[in-house]
Amino acid sequence: MKRPVIEIKDLKTYFFVEEGVVKAVDGVSFEIAEGETLGIVGESGCGKSVTSISIMRLVPNPPGKIVGGQILFKGEDLLMKSEADMRKIRGNEISMIFQEPMTSLNPVYTIGDQIAESVMLHQNLTKREAFSRAVEMLDKVGIPASEKRVHEYPHQLSGGMRQRVMIAMALSCNPKMLVADEPTTALDVTIQAQILELMKQLRDEFNTAIMLITHDLGVIAEVADRVAVMYAGKIVEYTDVMTLFQKPGHPYTIGLLKSIPKLTGNHKRLEPIQGVVPSPLNLPQGCKFNNRCPYAREKCFEKEPELVEVEKGHSVRCWFHDQLQ
Amino acid sequence: MLTYIIRRSIMAVPILIGVATITFLLTFVFVPGDPVRMIMGQHADEATIDSIRDEMGLNRPLSVQYFDFVLKIFKGDLGRSYKTRRPVIESIAERFPATLRLGLSAMAVAIVVGITAGIVSAVKPYSVVDGIFMSLALLGISIPVFYLGLLLIVVFAVNLNILPVGGFGGGDIRYLILPAIALGTAQAARIARMTRSSMMEVIRMDYIRTARSKGLSEKTVIFKHALRNALIPVITVIGTQLGYLLGGTVLTETTFSWPGVGRMAVDAVQSRDFPMIQGTVLFMAIIFIVINLVVDLSYGWFDPRIRYE
Repeated sequence: MKRPVIEIKDLKTYFFVEEGVVKAVDGVSFEIAEGETLGIVGESGCGKSVTSISIMRLVPNPPGKIVGGQILFKGEDLLMKSEADMRKIRGNEISMIFQEPMTSLNPVYTIGDQIAESVMLHQNLTKREAFSRAVEMLDKVGIPASEKRVHEYPHQLSGGMRQRVMIAMALSCNPKMLVADEPTTALDVTIQAQILELMKQLRDEFNTAIMLITHDLGVIAEVADRVAVMYAGKIVEYTDVMTLFQKPGHPYTIGLLKSIPKLTGNHKRLEPIQGVVPSPLNLPQGCKFNNRCPYAREKCFEKEPELVEVEKGHSVRCWFHDQLQ
Repeated sequence: MLTYIIRRSIMAVPILIGVATITFLLTFVFVPGDPVRMIMGQHADEATIDSIRDEMGLNRPLSVQYFDFVLKIFKGDLGRSYKTRRPVIESIAERFPATLRLGLSAMAVAIVVGITAGIVSAVKPYSVVDGIFMSLALLGISIPVFYLGLLLIVVFAVNLNILPVGGFGGGDIRYLILPAIALGTAQAARIARMTRSSMMEVIRMDYIRTARSKGLSEKTVIFKHALRNALIPVITVIGTQLGYLLGGTVLTETTFSWPGVGRMAVDAVQSRDFPMIQGTVLFMAIIFIVINLVVDLSYGWFDPRIRYE
């Protein structure tokens, strides 16, 4: 196996709000190797995005705080780094793209300015060199007439184009790792496919490790190598993408897969997961999924299961994973 | 851009006619008292007053006087003062530099203090510093300018005796300090509050998160990425306020005996000097229109999404 670029160990990010403590990320561990894509799936509020901003150390504080764990990047713990050292890593070695291409670019600066800004900051290039780098990156992400487009403002571009610009910006310093938080959610399906294809190409070219956050299992199937399924701040299943779709081990994963409409076979009604995500301030005792789980038994309400490796490279957090298949 | 400026200038014409009509109505129709009697005093005989009224064209029908008045405006003729017999436009030109000097200084103070306080408050909202700044801003907006002016005079001119009580002082900068502070305080407070709320809104934007994720320092994030976006609504406030300040600020100029257009307008009202009143009001309207145009054009520089055609 390739050397991991990043190893997250038992990460805990809590939000201290008036009503109590929200354990948005509660003991999450995973690793991503060079050129590998890890997909993180889950419903809104399961801690996907908080995991990503924790890696960037951009958790808004107050009320948020990383209270425990390690984020080992190239062997060094990011949580031990000073803010100044973190700034040298952000945008340079770890870059991020966000869900909202329409609002993630600053409306008052040209896209060239915004790409060149990171390059000038991290690579010590002159403005002229940084701009030619920006043009080069725009070419790479497939923006036509890049020489001209580089002087345009975000509002002159479509949503798909803007997301390409975000990707160009994120990759402009050849980062070791790219954190993509729902990069295609706001885009229509054809553009979505183009953006995913682009990310795959660039990953192969630069050998970047990608952490892809999504709630769309279709996107996962398309690009991810391995997948972590999150529920209520914890990973409930962690495996490679083939196993996830063929032999899901956690009732929540099974529920997610059942709620995808299929184009073939018998047209049965979709089976949604019953109930709603529990309030993060008032999580159930025992297994966090027990109130929605069709297989829940007494034990599930008493004690929370650990994430256990059920076969090589496949971990599941369920007391009865061996009886579900 | 040029067509936009031309179009806006043409649009100014009906506005000016409207302003002229209203001031004409207010002075000639609604204001009691005969200006000629004001000039000549209580004991002048009717024949003399009537001949002077004739000479001034005041015996003509109101409609004739009105059209004459409006037509002359477009020739740049605002009439002659009843009191001094000098062309109104000359008096305004003479007084305007003092008003400009005071208005711009007050605005400079207000912009520097207001934007700085607004940014500090927005970056650390609900902190002690924010609390102090915003309480001061509330006080600054609430306090009447003549009262603040008198307080400043009592403290700095009378008690400490370090600055002059009032007057122009032939352009000596020491004479400018107190009126500029008195006049700038309320503007600083408005700008601070606007900057704070606008900045707090902008700081939550996705592109600020993007800027942070690029590894930019907090200073660059605030001053480069947030401030320029946050200033767009602040410019509107600055623009409208600047219109007021440059049109002559009656209260401040009176408190500090500042020889500006505002004080001239008050004098004109007191002596029923109708052409002077009309002239100063029209002048203020023109200043307003020009400043508004400049502000609208400056948006384009701050926000590239705005285009003029």
